[in-house]
Amino acid sequence: MIFIWIAFLLATVSGLPGLFASRRANWPQIVSCALMCLTALTGLAGVIFIFIFGSQQSVICPSPIIGANFTMKLDPLAAFFLVPVFLIGASGAIYDLGYWRPARHTRSGPWLRLFYGILIAAMGLIVTAGDGITFLFGWELMGLSAFGAISVEHQRWKVRQAGWLFLVASHISMMVLIAMFLLFHQAAGSFALNPLSSAALHPRLSTAIFVLALIGFGIKAGVMPFHFWLPDAHAGAPSHVSAILSGVLLKMGVYGLIRVLMLLPAPPASWGVLILILGAINAVFGVAFALGQHEIKRLLAYHSIENIGIILMALGLAILGIAAKHPDWFILGMAACLLHVWNHALFKSLLFYSAGAVISKTHTGLIDRLGGLGKTMPYTAGAFLLGALAICGLPPLNGFISEWLLYMGLFRTAGPGQPAFYAAAALAAPALGLAGTLAVACFVKAYGTIFLGLPRAQDPESRLAPGPGDPARSMLIPMGILALTCVAIGLFPAAALLVVARAISPINHYGAIAALNQYVSVSALGVMTLVLALSLVAGWLVGEWLKNRAVKRRVGTWDCGYAKPSSRMQYTATSLADGLVGLLGWLLRPHKSSQRPRGAFPAPARFSSHVDEVVLDRVLVPLWVFAKNKLSVLKTFQQGSLQMYLLYILLALLILLLTLSPWGELPQWLLAH
Amino acid sequence: MLNVFIHICFLILLPPLLPGVINRVKAVLAGRKGPPLLQLYFDLARLLRKQMVLSSATTWVFRSGPMLGLVAVLLAGLLIPFGPFAAPISFTGDLILFVALLGLARFFTAAAALDAGSSFEGMGAARELTFACLAEPAVFLALLALARFSGVLSLTNMLLAPLAAGPLAHAAAPLVLVAAGLLIVLLAENCRMPVDDPNTHLELTMIHEVMVLDHSGPLLGVILYGAAVKLFVFSVLIGQVVLPVHTPWPALDWLIFAGRMIALAVVVGVVESVMARLQMRHVPILLTAACLLCGFGFILMLR
Repeated sequence: MIFIWIAFLLATVSGLPGLFASRRANWPQIVSCALMCLTALTGLAGVIFIFIFGSQQSVICPSPIIGANFTMKLDPLAAFFLVPVFLIGASGAIYDLGYWRPARHTRSGPWLRLFYGILIAAMGLIVTAGDGITFLFGWELMGLSAFGAISVEHQRWKVRQAGWLFLVASHISMMVLIAMFLLFHQAAGSFALNPLSSAALHPRLSTAIFVLALIGFGIKAGVMPFHFWLPDAHAGAPSHVSAILSGVLLKMGVYGLIRVLMLLPAPPASWGVLILILGAINAVFGVAFALGQHEIKRLLAYHSIENIGIILMALGLAILGIAAKHPDWFILGMAACLLHVWNHALFKSLLFYSAGAVISKTHTGLIDRLGGLGKTMPYTAGAFLLGALAICGLPPLNGFISEWLLYMGLFRTAGPGQPAFYAAAALAAPALGLAGTLAVACFVKAYGTIFLGLPRAQDPESRLAPGPGDPARSMLIPMGILALTCVAIGLFPAAALLVVARAISPINHYGAIAALNQYVSVSALGVMTLVLALSLVAGWLVGEWLKNRAVKRRVGTWDCGYAKPSSRMQYTATSLADGLVGLLGWLLRPHKSSQRPRGAFPAPARFSSHVDEVVLDRVLVPLWVFAKNKLSVLKTFQQGSLQMYLLYILLALLILLLTLSPWGELPQWLLAH
Repeated sequence: MLNVFIHICFLILLPPLLPGVINRVKAVLAGRKGPPLLQLYFDLARLLRKQMVLSSATTWVFRSGPMLGLVAVLLAGLLIPFGPFAAPISFTGDLILFVALLGLARFFTAAAALDAGSSFEGMGAARELTFACLAEPAVFLALLALARFSGVLSLTNMLLAPLAAGPLAHAAAPLVLVAAGLLIVLLAENCRMPVDDPNTHLELTMIHEVMVLDHSGPLLGVILYGAAVKLFVFSVLIGQVVLPVHTPWPALDWLIFAGRMIALAVVVGVVESVMARLQMRHVPILLTAACLLCGFGFILMLR
């Protein structure tokens, strides 16, 4: 416990030195990076301690004002979620050394490091909170510090917009969660996060808590249709902050949902099915929207929605397993859910880091303006390829392991003799398969267009320097670490699942996870991924050998004999995705505008296609504009003077007090007199 | 052990025969003499001896893509049982690995195509990826139906279950639906008519052929061989569902298995001969039909 404490403290103060030093000095950045690495080391030591010795609880400070103590509680589940917080936090700080140099980002640098450190500590606090008040405190701290970290480049209009949207979403989530914890307090009698007894809990109250938790945590986790803040925030933030947002911050919503669900007794099957359907919709729609994106970080942001969908599917399966008293579904679902939480944090951060490297070198994130970077940035390209294979759930990498567990669980719901109601849950498997194939299409598009082929450098609007090299070593090292962990989990799934098993143990209704090996053979899978990895390496070696042995000559790509081919004639990412975007047109509603060449001396032709953020641009913004117009009457009350606002509050309180008066007795009193 | 050896030999040696059979059937139905049955073997031997021309636009992805695709497809072939014999590698959950390996092969094939930096290859990659998205749910629905039928989650036990149940089992109808759906997937995934025309060299009408335009020499050989292995593996999958036959003599079983593969190649050849290639925009409808067939198969299994 003391380790975790020190870790939080170190993370919080890591950004402070920069505020008191010269803005152009390099040392505060190095100090804050060192402090974050120290945070990760002490934190991970504490996590290992918890994994070995079990749960611990401690009171931070008693607070008589709100009638609750600030408590911290560390169980293996919390420790499991702390691992990505510390790991991604520290690797992001190392990445920051090369990515956000004081010489370039003189003003924003110190603030970014301050908010970054507080964000890491806040997320740690959420995970270790032992009661609702501490949890909400951490939640608000996380929202505010993330807002600060997202909008460091606030001179850009888009970034400001993204920051505000995040802040609004964050506070809607906060309000819903306050309501949820109040209901929880009503049911439990205290804010402490202890399991509720089914006797004390009316089913309607329990459903209300569940729905509020799903909405409140869903907003933070970016669950469709509450994801509207997500793409802008991920695209606008610095890349290592995007990695934290996508890899870790979204998982806080998942953590909250798991935590609350495990406190409620006997969840009905309908909850599981609801989460499962929500997850399937998120998985497919998330990747569908990703296909229509032109900007690499926006594309990655939509893939976060897809992966949250996969995590939700696994969680839904687990809940269904509890409701239907099927320990195998529960264990497979929960293991897939937790392992995917780790995996997504790892490969998504890897992808964001390599995307950040590309953007920092070429000054554009527009996929269609890049190309051929694999030759000059081989390490970045390799990192992106590994991340892409992992996120598509392809063997032998880590994404495949968690998706494999989920498939196994889903297929088991359709075993012979299962009632048709449960067997229908297995229909989530084709949905997951569809999401996986769409992801392959999307990442072939992204990887192929950015790193393969030729640079589309003739584009006058692109400021692509000739042949940008790989980024600084401080940016490559965190990528290397994450890539290695992705490979390691893929090749040694049994080891990773041991940790997952430990995390499930306190919430496991069915005894130890040795059961997992009874349902599926993880070790056999591990052997197979190892064999596959070796064969792939062998295949690669043969390819290289062929190059040295059999190459006759090197010429340009075959061009049909066209006289002046240019690299701008390459297939673009937009064209590559056009077929699928067309098929999904009912959902994506792309705007297309084109000007065809006409006549003997045609004017320049152009074509553009753009996919909106459907919920934000088609629903919320019109709704807000409508509300703003209709509610303008109320502006008379908005005077801008503090005294008036205090008067409103006083009036509101008086009205509330009046409603508490015994009005029911009034008629009797009138009759009596 | 002997059966494992024969399995591996069949997997490595037999696939190039299937395109030969298909082409012979097409030739006979069209009233032509046609190329020799073993033409693809000759082609492969010739291509492997040749030198190759590499585009200056390409990187290692272009060279290794075909190799990695072949490795993935061959490994998938080791997971699937041939005839009544268990596959060399079998464990609970290998069916997901099987599908994922085909996905891996697709990733590298499409990436290698994009590495050439040409519009033609890009076009082919786009089509391949698009149509795969529609075929994938059909495969999963088929696997679900088989899992429901057999109650196990390893390909060997799953695909040997129709054998144990006999040809006229209670689930014969859904199995036929599933097999029909898988046949459409086979035609689409292996770039046969009515989805793709393996004969034309007109880039605008092709999927697979256009993706490999810039590969030459040994690399082209590897691609052709990989495509044949993929066709073989898909044919095994369908054959196990439709025609489960088992005799007391293993040698006869192997012969029957080989005969069944050739029979399926004849079916593909006949389909190619009697059908024209669909317009690209109609292919999704055909693949949706495959999903529906497999889906109805699964629903029929639920009763």
